Amino acid sequence: MKQIKIFGLLLGAVIIASSCDKDDDMPAATVYYEQQDQMARPAINTVFVTAAGDKDAFNTTPPSAQGAAFQSKFQTRLLALNAGYTTNALGQTAAQLTGLLATDVLGVSTTGPTTFFDGVAANTLSGRKLDDDVIDVELLLIFGGPTGASNPGLTKDNVNANDKAFSASFPYLATPW
Amino acid sequence: MKRKKLLFAATIAAALVTGGIIYAADHIDTPAVTNQTTDITDVYVFRAQDPNNLVFVANTQGLTIPGNTAALKFDENTVLEFNIDKTGDNKEDLVIQCKYSADGNKMQIYGPVAPSETGTRSKLEGSVTAEVAVTAYGSAAATGTGGSGIKVFAGPRDDPFFFDLDRYKAILAGTAPGFATPGNDTFKGTNVLSVVVEVPKSLIAATGAINVWLETKKKI
Repeated sequence: MKQIKIFGLLLGAVIIASSCDKDDDMPAATVYYEQQDQMARPAINTVFVTAAGDKDAFNTTPPSAQGAAFQSKFQTRLLALNAGYTTNALGQTAAQLTGLLATDVLGVSTTGPTTFFDGVAANTLSGRKLDDDVIDVELLLIFGGPTGASNPGLTKDNVNANDKAFSASFPYLATPW
Repeated sequence: MKRKKLLFAATIAAALVTGGIIYAADHIDTPAVTNQTTDITDVYVFRAQDPNNLVFVANTQGLTIPGNTAALKFDENTVLEFNIDKTGDNKEDLVIQCKYSADGNKMQIYGPVAPSETGTRSKLEGSVTAEVAVTAYGSAAATGTGGSGIKVFAGPRDDPFFFDLDRYKAILAGTAPGFATPGNDTFKGTNVLSVVVEVPKSLIAATGAINVWLETKKKI
């Protein structure tokens, strides 16, 4: 009984205190958000990061620190995927390709066309359009060798377009199934 | 009763299937947050229909079958954050933050704005620059337009990603020698939860190339 009364008093005090807070112009405590996932270029973590602990670590390492932390692991993975890797169609060595990919940011042009790759060398890695066949580009760079002709069964997945047409106007993505 | 049982069985089956599937573009990559509101599937950045604008697309919660799409929800405790590096040091000079508000069922956009701190921790920066009511499954797409010309859409869309992921996995497992002709799009007929933000390039004020990446952050 006594306990209930005390509890009631406390409750009253709390209500008064909180209503006081409302009247004050006290700023609310800052709400912070902590990183859980990140990505830029498609399928990089999927393809190049293999250990479960590394996948979460890659997702929470700022891009400015990713290269130092992951380039050598990416190179090991690249050579496991393609033991015969020498260079690729961009002329990149294993160290150069994985050095580029380990820092997972998407370069975007603010002045010209924007595409992952559209056959025009100057436009390479200038963004990512909805219809870019990004997987074929990555497969070619990993498996295609210096001329793109190596490992022909591995350099394209033969899925060349989305299953719905995109819109030319906002919001660009197709309606859901 | 029978219907309920069937529904239950279907739900369990769906859970088993989605739990067992290995996602791609970015889906395979998040043991800590798989299938949660912070699990990114893809990010796209491209020149808009109006060439003075850039479009930023964030997709989450991939491989959702049509039967489960109406139940897709944004989360009040999650921020989707586009990071923009203008100087080439891979540190964000600007952020565009997307934060769902259950009050009014709206997606609210903050920025582009210089963040008060860089890295893995963030707070909402500045004030709302555009907002839109979340488009329900089966409804026409709603577009919100902010005072500075920012446009925003939020809701379910067809997953724009295409890849014969199953065959790729078979190749890695040594059970297939190469890709099939034609390939089979593992993502065909599936949906994602999308946020599309179109921003005038003048608000980014960069000369030439920028570096962009998408982060999802959870309230702490």
